[in-house]
Amino acid sequence: MNGLALKPGQVDTSHGPILYLEDVSVSFDGFKALNKLSLYIDAGELRCLIGPNGAGKTTLMDVITGKTRPDTGSVFFGQTIDLLQMDEPAIAEAGICRKFQKPSVFEMLSVFENLELALATDKGVWATLFAKLNGAQRDRIEQVLETIGLVEHRSQPAGILSHGQKQWLEIGMLLMQEPKVMLVDEPIAGMTHQEVERTAQLLLSLQGERSIVVVEHDMEFVRSIAKHVTVLHEGSVLTEGTMDEVQNDPRVIQVYLGD
Amino acid sequence: MLFKNDKAALSVLAVLAAISLIVPVCNLLFSPGSPLYFSAYTVSLLGKYITFALLGMSLDLVWGYCGILALGHGAFFALGGYVMGMYLMRQIGNRGVYGDPLLPDFMVFLDWKALPWYWHGFDQFWFAAIMIVLVPGALAFLFGWLAFRSRVTGVYLSIITQALTYALLLAFFRNEMGFGGNNGLTDFKEILGFNSQSDAVRACLLMASGVTLILAFLLSRWVVNSKLGRVVTAIRDQEMRVRFLGYRVEMFKLWIFVFAAMLAGIAGALYVPQVGIINPSEFSPLNSLEIVIWVAIGGRGTLYGAIVGAVLVNYAKTLLTGWAPEIWLFFLGATFILVTVLLPDGLLGFWQRRLQEQKQ
Repeated sequence: MNGLALKPGQVDTSHGPILYLEDVSVSFDGFKALNKLSLYIDAGELRCLIGPNGAGKTTLMDVITGKTRPDTGSVFFGQTIDLLQMDEPAIAEAGICRKFQKPSVFEMLSVFENLELALATDKGVWATLFAKLNGAQRDRIEQVLETIGLVEHRSQPAGILSHGQKQWLEIGMLLMQEPKVMLVDEPIAGMTHQEVERTAQLLLSLQGERSIVVVEHDMEFVRSIAKHVTVLHEGSVLTEGTMDEVQNDPRVIQVYLGD
Repeated sequence: MLFKNDKAALSVLAVLAAISLIVPVCNLLFSPGSPLYFSAYTVSLLGKYITFALLGMSLDLVWGYCGILALGHGAFFALGGYVMGMYLMRQIGNRGVYGDPLLPDFMVFLDWKALPWYWHGFDQFWFAAIMIVLVPGALAFLFGWLAFRSRVTGVYLSIITQALTYALLLAFFRNEMGFGGNNGLTDFKEILGFNSQSDAVRACLLMASGVTLILAFLLSRWVVNSKLGRVVTAIRDQEMRVRFLGYRVEMFKLWIFVFAAMLAGIAGALYVPQVGIINPSEFSPLNSLEIVIWVAIGGRGTLYGAIVGAVLVNYAKTLLTGWAPEIWLFFLGATFILVTVLLPDGLLGFWQRRLQEQKQ
């Protein structure tokens, strides 16, 4: 621990990685969704996960966020926080936030209210009942509205947004949570070309402050944002490296194109 | 702020205020024969409807806002009613048929010698008043704690809420429980020292019910307009997502469930002195289903929709059961199906949509 004292809730990234997954296995009715998977995500890095359908990408996110308990293996947040001992709200509070594959915004609430619910603050029942936005929190919501380009849509119900705008709103909700790790599942599905470009810029601008793990099928998009790519296949890591290395790896070509 | 541009809510409030003020005053001031006179029958009928409206509104918090289809909500109403009944029984004193100064008649009849421990304290109104919210609240807390923490949802939760009220129905039928068995608690004489049958007390009970409903409506409205209200709505629509935002979904469900149970208990406590009896049939699962129908017909997720629904359905019930009692349940079932199919937002939802369309 090289003499560093941790405050409670602080994440120890003194060894580099912020997320450790070791020998994680998950099976559903005999089907091995994850098979002895080991993966390390560094603090502040932007990592892309690719792999054919059924490779275990979404299951991996479910394990990290507490939705699915692995049969074996260990999952640590920093050096000290054992995620397998925590439930979904506790993991979210610790600083790991997730955007779902299917955009899940609260359609009956306005764009502003969606962001307000995501705001990083005391999320206990009584605190929520008496919650009032202070100036700084209001500014923060305004700032995120600006970042995700939904300023004019602030008081509209989220349900009437376009698919791409919903994706942006959900990314905005992630930002409101001020996470240390963002897990982003298929962020550009349903987006126009310009929206895709803006998403790429946004994700690139966020790396460094926080770690971002992106799952995406669109190889062009992955190439445009990722320095480091991990390929999953049949529940374990097939290979890791830069996009060029990965794309020229014969095993990857075989997995994607078949024999 | 609480009512910006909400004419429907304001009108319901105004009508409620008018009923709870004008009807009792006219009943007391004018004599029969005067065109401004409201009969004692009207007074007690309206009083009853208002307690049902409070009950319906409390279910709307749980079902309309949080998406929990509770089919046993009548249990909390009945418990509040029993608590009030216990207070009223203790007020009878030695004026019962057997003249025992301490024991209610049914206990003397069962040859009990002493008052059971859980009947102590109910001779004091303040104690009973606390228990009216505490007993239903405690049961809701226990039940909700177990159910929501185990993540029981949907139809399974509905079925166990129904089982809960059915179990209470069977339990309260038993004489050994000490709540009067299938006769329940009745033959009340006095409330707070006044004759509970008198016109003045009935008028006051209507007024008290109306004021309580208005206050409960304002409080509930404040709750659903708070951030907690928005979290609860979010849970209804995307429970999983709310968990990933860091909210403990089970605690929010528990809070709104207990709050609604307390309101239902207050409704039951106001109901019992106005009808003069509480018996186990109030726990009947059918009663709880009727509450759901009131809310569905009036319109979910608005609070005032439930109030209007409860009053309309019960008014129809009064008319129909007087005229052709055998068709009442068919009528209720048919109305429920029609509303569900044709007006999924209920009568008020339909009306509001029409108003909006006209504006455009």
